Parts: sequence; structure tokens; C-alpha cells
Amino acid sequence: MDTPQFRPLDVGAIRNDFPIFATTPPLAFLDNAASTQTPRPVVEAMDAYYDTYRSNIHRGIYRISEEATEQYERAREKVAQLINAPRTRQAIFTRNTTESINLVAYSWGNENISEGDEIILTIMEHHSNLVPWQLLAQRTGAKLRFLEITDEGLLDFTQFRELLTEKTKLVAIGHVSNVLGSINPIQSIIVEAHAVGAKVVVDAAQSVPHFQVDVQQLDCDFLAFSGHKMCGPTGIGVLYGKLELLEEMPPFLGGGSMIRSVERDISSYAELPAKFEAGTPSIAEAIGLGHAVDYITKANLAALQVHEQELLKYAHRRLEDIEGITLYGPAPHQKAGVISFNMEGIHPHDVAGILDTHSIAVRAGHHCAQPLMKRLDVIATVRASFYLYNTIEDVDRLYEGLCRAQKLMTRRK
Amino acid sequence: MNIYQEELLDHYENPSNYGTLTDPDISHEEDNPLCGDRIRIDLNVEDNTIKEVRFCGHGCTISQAAASMLTEAIEGKTLAEVKQFTKDDILDMIGIPLGPVRLKCALLALKVLKAGAYGINAWPGEEDE
Repeated sequence: MDTPQFRPLDVGAIRNDFPIFATTPPLAFLDNAASTQTPRPVVEAMDAYYDTYRSNIHRGIYRISEEATEQYERAREKVAQLINAPRTRQAIFTRNTTESINLVAYSWGNENISEGDEIILTIMEHHSNLVPWQLLAQRTGAKLRFLEITDEGLLDFTQFRELLTEKTKLVAIGHVSNVLGSINPIQSIIVEAHAVGAKVVVDAAQSVPHFQVDVQQLDCDFLAFSGHKMCGPTGIGVLYGKLELLEEMPPFLGGGSMIRSVERDISSYAELPAKFEAGTPSIAEAIGLGHAVDYITKANLAALQVHEQELLKYAHRRLEDIEGITLYGPAPHQKAGVISFNMEGIHPHDVAGILDTHSIAVRAGHHCAQPLMKRLDVIATVRASFYLYNTIEDVDRLYEGLCRAQKLMTRRK
Repeated sequence: MNIYQEELLDHYENPSNYGTLTDPDISHEEDNPLCGDRIRIDLNVEDNTIKEVRFCGHGCTISQAAASMLTEAIEGKTLAEVKQFTKDDILDMIGIPLGPVRLKCALLALKVLKAGAYGINAWPGEEDE
């Protein structure tokens, strides 16, 4: 892939593309690991579909349907290029990361996993990369094995080697933890997993939006991500798979679009990617995602990563100064733009509630990672997460808001 | 309106009827798995009237302040009267609008009370659903 010449993000110009920041004081939106905001070009692209060529795809023998089909497939090309997929048809449109992982768990899992097989997960998985494998294990009698984390919030690679045996058929791992921000060494994990013949599913929901992910370089078997965490709309996600795996897999959902021919008792199925895209897909959302890919690519993913690192380092520096704060996860250089913490004596919901009164949006809760909460021995955490439009001022306001929360909640103690 | 106003914070910091009863007539404890808030309510009942009430637990301001306010409201009332307490009574006590997530925090104490005293296990306001 080309490495465009590095230029820092023009955050001021970027913010002008997001009407949600036009208020005074501007919204300090720090819940990007849950879902990001949508820039005007993405909304405009979806409006253009609805206003000028709204129609179903793939079947219409008329101009605007051809246009819709072309734009939908163009979006697939952009997504495939973003992750450097060898073939465009290896990018399957789904609703989101969760559906992508479920597709693999049912279609590939039912065919390839049987009693006694082992699936390795990590204790930091989002429920979307945990529950589908629990269900698969219940269907098949396979066993789940969990890779633990160190106290710094990093994976224990020695334990991974111990868990990995000839029984291991699958490793399902998050590229970046949505709670700790830890960037997992998936490249090494994939190499070792392949050495015992296991396949690897990467939950890339928190990585693809934030830095360059190259599926060929990683050599992962499957990779899943969501559009709504990367400036795209909700309701559109992607599954990448190796060509030979996708071709061998049976369909996941049956219905329109995914067939070649249908008889009373049996059907033959369409080629990739249609085989896995039954029914009318999220057309506007796919087109929107294509434009979101354009948007973050034009802003430059390398610059975005540098920007988030700066915010993260600054946030660590400031928040560490607050008395009674506990930060979870590794040092900034070992993670993506997520900072999770708790304040002594204040429930995470109260922290988030007080910040909200100052127009600062953070998340408080278990972040769909209950086993990790248990491992950290907390009920919940507060999480601030960054994206390309966040500023140093957002971090300053977070810091000030936390100081106010502390003053308010511990005034007589 | 700010949910972190004086009256709520007072209840949170200096809750009424905080603690447990020795050998209570009714004791019930539940948590809200979504946020980990936990509340236990102990009651002593004489002639169908709540003579003594204590609560304990942990959680956010809203859940603990609502529990404190609820115990104040039910002490001395008959079980029949307390059974009529609704979601709206709790919201009136709190006196500020709450979003759907915080609503559950506010209603946990009433849910625990109704489950313990009457075996009603639904969330207040969702009994008929």
C-alpha cells in the first residue's frame, strides 16, 4: 500500500464537518469506542442515495437501480482496500461486528468444530467475541479456554503457548481491548495458532477505525469490524475471510440474493459475497460506510493514530494527578485511544452523570466485558475514548469535570 | 435540572435508616446486574404496620438516596398502604427527571421492598407487561 506523506490532522477543519460540535460549549464526546459521530460527507452520501437514486440493488433493470448497485459495490471496494483484502468479494457486508462473528460461529463453526475441540479466547473479549463461541461450544461440545492478562492489562503470551495444543481449532481474539485499550500481539498469535492448524478470528472493531490494519500482512483467517465506530452509520459492518474458507462455508442466512437457483426442496447458492448477504442489505449504510472510509483515509490513518496517541498521553498525565483515581490498562504506547478508570468512593455512574451535566459524554458500566470486570475486581469502570475530532481541550474539560465530581461527592468525608 | 442536587446528595452521604435489623420479620436483597447496585431491606412488622425498617447496600447516588427516601416514607405505614407505592411515587420523591438507565437505579429499592414483602418480582412500572 502507498504510504502517503505524513501530515498532522487538521482537527479544526475536521470538527467543522461534524454539526454536533457546533454548540457552545461544544459537546466533549469521549465515547468513541462505543460509537463515533458522523461527518457531513457521510450523511450527504446517504442523502444522495435517498434523494436521487433510491432503489433496491442487483435486480433492477433500470438506471437508478444500476446506480444503487454500483455505489453499493463501490463501497465494498473501498472497504476491501482499507484492510488490503486480496479480493473485493472477501469483504462481506453485515450489520456489525457482532453479526460478522456470529456468521463465522454458525457457518464455519458448525462445520468445523466438534466435541473435544478447543477454542481459545481472552478474558478481555467484548461479549460479541465471547457469547457466539459459548453458543458454538454448547452446540458442539467444544471447550472454551481463556487467556488471562497480566496486572498491566497485557496478554500473558507464555500462557498462550501452554493453552495452544493440537486440540485448538480456533483462536478468537480482540485486536484492541475496548476497555483497557491494550493492543494485542495478534501477529505472533496468528503465527503460533497456524502452526498447530488453528484458525484465527480477529475482532477488529477497535482497531480498523484507529490504525492501518492489513489482513494479508496479519494472515488472519477472519476479521470483523463495524461501520459505526469509524464515522460510518449504524447498521453496517464487515466480515473479511480468507477466500478458500468463505468459499467452502455453507450460507449463514437463507433468502433472496444469496441463491443461484431455487427448486422446491433444494437450492444452489450464489457466489461470494452474495452467498452471505441474504435479503435486501443496508444499502444507504453501506454507501455511507464507503464514504466514511474515504473520510478517515483522507484525514490519514497514520496522522489519526499520532493524534490519538497525543491525546492519550496527555490524558494519562492529567488524570494520574487526580487523587484516588485508578487507571486500568497498560501505558499509552501499548494501547489505542481508550482510558478506563475509577475514582475512589464514587460510583462510575455518578462520575458519568456529573460529567454529563458539563456536556462531557463518557461511558460508565461493564462495557460488554463482564469477565474482564471480574478479573479487574470492579463492578464497572468509567471510560473515555478518543477519535480524530477530539482535542486537548476535551481532555482538559474531562480533568476539570472529574475534579468537580470529586469535590461534589466527597465534600463532607 | 441537575441530578446531583443537594437533597439527593444529603441522602446519599447521610442515609436514613441505614443498617440491618437483628432477626427481621422480612429481609430481602437484590442487585441490578447492569450496574452492580445492591440493596437489602429489613422490616419488622406489627399488626400489619411497618414498625422498623433498615436498608443497606452499595451503588450510585440515585440508588442509595432513593432507598433512604423510601425507608423514610414507609415507616409507620401499613403493608396495604406500602403495596400501593408506585414508580411515580419514587420519581416524585426524587423530584428530578431520570433517563431510562438511571430510572432502574432509582427503582431498585422499591423493587427489593415489593419482592420481599409481597413476592412481586417485576420492576415497578412493568408489573403488567
